[in-house]
Parts: sequence; C-alpha cells; structure tokens
Amino acid sequence: MSVFAGVVVEPVSATGRKTIAFIQEMGRMFIFLMHSVLHMFTLPLQFVKIITQINIIGAQSLYVVSLIGLFTGMVLGLQLYNALANFGSEGMLGTSIVHTLIKEMGPVLAAIMVTARAGSAMAAEIGIMRISEEIDALDTMQINPIRFLVSPRLAAAIISFPLLTALFDVIALFGGYLSGCKLKGLNDATYWYTVENSLVMEDINGGFLKAIVFAVIVITVCCYQGYTTHMRPNGFGAKGVSASTTSAVVMSCVLILMADFVLTAFIW
Amino acid sequence: MTTPLIEMKDVVKSFGRHHILRGASLTIEKGEVTTVIGKSGEGKSVLLKHIIGLMEPDSGQILFEGKEFKTMKKAERKQLRSRFSYVFQNTALFDSMTVYENVALPLKEKGELSKKEIAERVATRMDQLDLHEIGNKFPSQLSGGMKKRVALARALVTNPEIVLFDEPTTGLDPIRKNAVHSMISDYQKKFGFTAIVVSHEIPDVFFISQKVAMLDEGQILIQGAPQDIQQSKDPIVQGFLRGMEANHDALTGLGTPTQLERRFEQEMELQKQQESNFSLMVFTVENLEEINDKVGHVAGQTMVKNFAAWLQQHLRPNDTCSRYGMAKILAVLPNTTRKDAQKVCSKLARAARGEKITDAELYPGFCFSVSAGFAEATDDSPIDTVLAAAESRENMLYAFRITK
Repeated sequence: MSVFAGVVVEPVSATGRKTIAFIQEMGRMFIFLMHSVLHMFTLPLQFVKIITQINIIGAQSLYVVSLIGLFTGMVLGLQLYNALANFGSEGMLGTSIVHTLIKEMGPVLAAIMVTARAGSAMAAEIGIMRISEEIDALDTMQINPIRFLVSPRLAAAIISFPLLTALFDVIALFGGYLSGCKLKGLNDATYWYTVENSLVMEDINGGFLKAIVFAVIVITVCCYQGYTTHMRPNGFGAKGVSASTTSAVVMSCVLILMADFVLTAFIW
Repeated sequence: MTTPLIEMKDVVKSFGRHHILRGASLTIEKGEVTTVIGKSGEGKSVLLKHIIGLMEPDSGQILFEGKEFKTMKKAERKQLRSRFSYVFQNTALFDSMTVYENVALPLKEKGELSKKEIAERVATRMDQLDLHEIGNKFPSQLSGGMKKRVALARALVTNPEIVLFDEPTTGLDPIRKNAVHSMISDYQKKFGFTAIVVSHEIPDVFFISQKVAMLDEGQILIQGAPQDIQQSKDPIVQGFLRGMEANHDALTGLGTPTQLERRFEQEMELQKQQESNFSLMVFTVENLEEINDKVGHVAGQTMVKNFAAWLQQHLRPNDTCSRYGMAKILAVLPNTTRKDAQKVCSKLARAARGEKITDAELYPGFCFSVSAGFAEATDDSPIDTVLAAAESRENMLYAFRITK
C-alpha cells in the first residue's frame, strides 16, 4: 500500500517541489532586479562605468546587430515578395516589412543578438568573479557588489537596447529594399512610399518599450546567473561558470520570446 | 577586566547537513596577532567569514567591543565593517584591473577622497610594501609573493584596525612563506592593527602570534599563548601539532622548537644521572626589521637561511640547533660548561669575521647583526629560564656584524 502511495504521491510532490523552487528563484531574481534598479540612483552616480558598459553592450554590438539586421531584412524582402506576388500585391512589401520588423523582429532579434554577444560575456565574467572570491572581496571592502557590477550594466542596457533596435530596424528596411527592389525588381519609390506610409510613431515607441523590457530581462537574468554561480547544485568552478553562462543565454532567449508574446497579446 | 575587541560565543553554523561550527567561542584582543589553527575543512575560513560579516551564524553571538553585531543599527554595522580588512587565501585581486586600480579601488568607491589624495595614499602604501613600478601591471603578470603583497596593500590602504588573513602563505616556498609571516608581524607592529590569521604553518606561525586558538570538531578546543598551546597536555592538540610539524624547519633546514626542547630534556636527564654539564646558546638577528625595511622580507629571510646554514657548519656535530623564533636560533651544546660555551661563541665570532655568511655584503650601508648569548643549564631549570639567562646582558656577546 505504502509503495503504491509513494508511486502516486511522488510525481505530485516532485512537481510541487519544482514549482516552489521555480517561484523562489523568480522571487530572488526580482529582488536582485529591484536592488540593481535602486542602486542605479544611489550617489555618487557611476557615469564612467555606465559609459564603459554602453561601449561593451551597445557600441561593440553595432557590427553584429547591423549584419543580422541586413540579412533579416533581405530574407524578409525575398520571402514576403514571393508570398505577396501570388496575390498580385507586391506593392505592399514595404508595409509588410514594417509591420513584421518594427513591432516584433527588430526588438526580439536585437535583444537575442546582444544576449549572445554581451549577455553571455556578462554571466561568465561575473561568474568567474564569484568563484575567485572577487565578489566577496567587494563585500569586505564595503563596496556593494550589485551596485558595482549590475547597476551600471542595467543602465547601459536600458540606453543601448532601444538604440540598437532602431539601428536594426533601419538596416533591415534597407535589406528589404535591396532584395525586394534590386533583386526582384520592385519599384524603389513604391517600396519607400509604403514604408513611410505604414510607419506610425506608436509602433516605433512600442518597439522601443519592448527593447527596454528585454534589456531588463537580459541584464537581470545574465547577471543573476553569474552572481549565483557558487549556489548551483550542478557544478562548481569552471563547470559552474559554464553552466551559468548556458542557462543565462537559454533563459534570456526564452524569457524574451515569452515577454514578447505577453506584450503583443495584452498591450498591442 | 577589559572588554575584548571581538568575542564569539557558542557560534553555530551549518550548511545543509554539514555542521561546520558547533558552538565555537573565541576572544580576540586588540593589537594582537591571533592565529587560528586546525585541520583542513574544520571551518577556519568559515569562522573568519563570520567575524567580518560575510556569513551570519545560525545561533550564538558575535560581540564587537561588548556589543552584539546582530543588534546594531545599519549605520553602526557599516561603520564597524569599515574598520575591517580581509586578505583572501587566493588574494581575490581583480584580474581585469591593474595593480594600481586594485589598490585604489576601496578608496575610489568610497568617493571621499580626491583623485590626487587617492594617488598619494596608494603610492605610500605600495612603497611601504616594496611594490615599486608595478602599478600598471596586471595581477596575472606578478609572482605569487608579489600578489600577496598587492592584496595586503589593498587591505591596508583604508587604514583598517582589524585585518583578517585567510591562509596567507598557501602555495609559497619556505623563504616566501617566512617573508609573508615577517611581513604580517612587521606591519602589524608598524601600523598597530589587530591581526587574525588562519594558518597551517606550524610552528612558523607561532613565532609571530601572541595568541593561538585551535579549532577542532567545530569548537575552539584551546586558546592561549603559543607556548601554552605547545606545552598543552591535551592529546588532540599534541597529536595535531606533531602531525603538522615537519621534522625540520622548512626555511633553515635546522630542527624544530619541539625537537630542541626534547633534546634539552634528554640532556637534563643525563645531567642528573651522570652529572655532565650542558649549555644553551642563543643567536638573535638583531636588525631583521631594519633589513626587511631596507631590502625586503624575501632578502631578509634569505639572509637568515644562509646564516643558519653557516652556523650548522661551524657548530660541533653533537650540538643540536633549532630555529626558535622569527629571528632566533637556539643550540643545545652537550658536555659543555659555561666557560666552554664562551669559547665556542668567541670562536664562532672570529670565524664569522670577513666571511661572506649572508648576502648582506651585497647591500652596502648596513650590517647583518647577530647577538650571541650562552648559559649553562643548572639543576632542573626549565628551558625558558636558561634561555632568559643566555639572553641576559652579562652573557650576551655581540659578535656577528657583517658590514661593507
């Protein structure tokens, strides 16, 4: 009887345990975020560190974001042109690209690219600092590690993500133009006219707002994973850092897409 | 009775099912070097992390100047913690920052000093710790000993009152180990901070400590002056000390204090049975601090090592010679009266003249000065009494002055 009960109860309690652990983790991450936000405004403000981080998260991502933007635009241009041509409405290519890009693909792909480039580096860097006791050293020197390590990154990401998204959008529109007009022979003026007509400031702002939400997600997840490397049950030292980096990237990407859905479904 | 600077009372700490501290009680007096010894994995570092507030106890009290840390207000805690510094086992220097940036970090982040003042304070500390012209280097470009000094400079740049050292000599060679010990001892005297050291280095660490505490099974088994610990009859303490103590001193290759004490007791027995005489001779490097100051701790310890090697060559085969302190070497001379001991001493002094015993001659302008004293052991006097007699003024012979 007890064995039977165990078989029945165990999966239920395991699900319960996992759910509680997940909610606890989310709670801890939220508190971590709140601390980082709070310390963004504590004096003295960390201008130099924020600018350094803007360089790392923003400026150094320009090349990769531009490249991805260009090819995304080109692929969209090709595929949408072929699809629209079936209905004889190639002229709507500009409008279709604008709707796909500005609200959805721009912020999402820019955020995923920054996660891959800067987010992973962040998780690994903070993870190594954790295992080599550098974060403990900050504590002993009366330096708040969250203020020192996370707040400048968060501020820099909130500034950089919308700008990277804007750059991604502009280059992707240009990519769409290249494949739609130069490869497929759509009229240049038609393309740019439809692009201009379908662009509404509200959509652009919506895209920026998404970018800011993604910035908060990426920084919180990546920094938190690095920061808690020592608490991972599945590995210490270098293995712990590699596990933190992996889960930082995977979790960021999943949360970006989930948040994208939530924002699109309930706000726009 | 004065209130101790730090007092731990029945501190308990567990990590899951691992019970690390099981009611540890320890007192730390102001201005002293207190060393915590114990087997690996006993929780010495955990104990240290409780003192600085990196960890909080599950139960028990930690009092600072009589006031419990838990009951303090936030501002009070912050003020208290600013009086501490911590030197990590693996130095915990920021690899991506230069040496200068590492040392300047605690001052820069506080934002209380101007850039110029910070630069001056960092330069002073780096000079005092013999860290010249490496400000622009990265920690990975430095040797182990130098990294330790940079970590020490970073810890001392805020003028702390209490410095905690977590196994400061791990992974260093005997000369550098002793250099770090003499560094801690010298700077502790110079800056007057209270030092708490976690260490495995027995008996070397006894030379620099005013108090030693042994952690065993999560509790402080014994605490007291180094000689009290060494002379403790507790089988666990004795077992641990014997297990940790090497059969010779790693720096000089001479015997250990315990071996010398054993020989002293044997000779005392012989004296009683056969009425033979024996003497004790003490050599003290009088100006080790000056040497450390001028040419660095590594050079200072190398000189002590070279002097010990020379001494061993010139003493008689039957004499037992041991390192007995940071700058002290003791020899038991069997079948030797006070008069004979004096002769041996004078002979050594003559032999020393003009010989290149240490590297002192490489550094012009100062000498390596050793005082030698001797005393004959009399009926049942303990080693400390004979040593005190050997070190008394009438028995002291300033002999070994090596100058250029």
